[in-house]
Amino acid sequence: MIRMIDVHKAFGKQKVLQGLNFEVDEGQSLVIMGPSGSGKSVILKHLIGLLEPDQGKVEVLGQTVNIHNREALQRLRMDMGYLFQHSALINWLSVYDNVALPLRETTSQSEKDIRAQVEKVLGLVQMEEAHEKLPSEISGGMQKRVGLARALVTEPKIILYDEPEAGLDPEMSASISKMMRRLKEELGMTSVTVTHSVSCAVTVADTLAVFEHGQFLIAGPPTDVLNSDHPRVKTFLGAALD
Amino acid sequence: MNFISRTGATLLAPAIENAGFAMGVAGRTLARLHHLPKRRRLLFDQMHLGGIKSAPVVLFVSFFIGMILSLQLGFELARYGQQEAVGLAVAVSMVREMGPVMTAVILAASVASAMAAEIGTMRVQEEVTALEVMSVDVTSYLVLPRILALTLMAPILTIFANIIGIVGGGIIAYTQLGLDFDGYVRNALSALSDRSFAGLPRSVYSGLIKATIFGFAIAVVGCASGLRARHGASGVGESTRSAVRNSIILIIVLNFFLGKIVYT
Ligand SMILES: Nc1ncnc2c1ncn2[C@@H]1O[C@H](COP(=O)(O)OP(=O)(O)O)[C@@H](O)[C@H]1O
Ligand SMILES: [Mg+2]
Repeated sequence: MIRMIDVHKAFGKQKVLQGLNFEVDEGQSLVIMGPSGSGKSVILKHLIGLLEPDQGKVEVLGQTVNIHNREALQRLRMDMGYLFQHSALINWLSVYDNVALPLRETTSQSEKDIRAQVEKVLGLVQMEEAHEKLPSEISGGMQKRVGLARALVTEPKIILYDEPEAGLDPEMSASISKMMRRLKEELGMTSVTVTHSVSCAVTVADTLAVFEHGQFLIAGPPTDVLNSDHPRVKTFLGAALD
Repeated sequence: MNFISRTGATLLAPAIENAGFAMGVAGRTLARLHHLPKRRRLLFDQMHLGGIKSAPVVLFVSFFIGMILSLQLGFELARYGQQEAVGLAVAVSMVREMGPVMTAVILAASVASAMAAEIGTMRVQEEVTALEVMSVDVTSYLVLPRILALTLMAPILTIFANIIGIVGGGIIAYTQLGLDFDGYVRNALSALSDRSFAGLPRSVYSGLIKATIFGFAIAVVGCASGLRARHGASGVGESTRSAVRNSIILIIVLNFFLGKIVYT
């Protein structure tokens, strides 16, 4: 369903991806952990066609992601949701309008159908109240949930989570992780998640990968990775567990 | 020589790149004019924010500009016993030059900067990226309403600026130059009666065409600067600064060429 084949990417002299390979099957969840600034968001941005590989190939839903083919890219993005690290809600739209935006802009559904759909996803993330509030008037955790609702409103097959737990208290972070797991179990959603939280990783991952220096140091079932003897993986995850 | 050409290249390359990007923004906006009906609400919001809210400053400044023109030109004309012509002098200066240019400069400082800051903030907070990811057409959604709003509001504000400026000049003519107000107004209107296009005097329509083009150019620069903002809050500051600087330069340069085209 998602495939990266020998992807290289550099910004000037800085090599961020150096021959990255991975595959995520339908309904599966890949979680990527790694140091800040190592290029995890860059991986997600390649999957959704915001960045183009210098070398190698990105495939999503059986198609090669080509950032120059606007129409094909738009169609592909309709099947993908993206939860941004800082939510990236449109600051001058209310919670309701933020979630309704993708439907209003990319479909010809009536306001009545849109309302039904928006209320459904806001219910799913437990944000039924606060429809009229602006993003600046709600907490970071609520913004994350609204961002999630917005990503889900077009009923994507794939969802990309960029640090879903960042800036949240442990309780809220756990509740987001549970929500992600429910989406996977109940809707069969395929996902790629970038996170710094081991508990989030354990809750949602089928495969856990540790990314550094442009490649996966290790990838496998979370328990295997957490118990790995790889020295760098051990120190990184050990620090994350403290 | 080498040093000069290298310095030239480092200074010019970003300027050319910026100009190219801004022209791209302008082109994409014009190609989406047919989206206008569905952007009505955003357009009215922007006309309100961009136009109506800067009206008090525009009017205040124009009033003073009119008084300054009347005072300076009046005293000079009086030396030749021509002070009755001050109405004509103020009206022509106001309508051709000062009205459109001052209005545009104020819009550059207040509206282009706001556009650059708003869109720049959206850019660095990844809101623009989020729109792209949701397949929302950023040009149609963010840029078109802003550019069109200012293109429409600039000439409207200029008309009011002209009127207030001429009135300000009249007050000075009456109180400082000892002219009667009616005579001043008649003189001013006679200056603007060289009808030449659709019943509109050339001074008036050339001023309004300028104002329209200024409004468009300022908004393009404001939006383009915002879209190119990088690196957090300092990037937004820089894009705001460059929006004001570049749009004021553009106004002055365009003013020269447009004046030349209309009057030669
Ligand atoms: N569009 C870009 N242009 C230039 N450099 C970039 C760009 N996107 C990311 N980078 C750089 O790539 C590196 C990895 O960034 P990122 O993927 O955001 O890290 P993280 O792993 O924390 O998500 C950083 O050093 C960042 O500065
Ligand atoms: Mg990141």
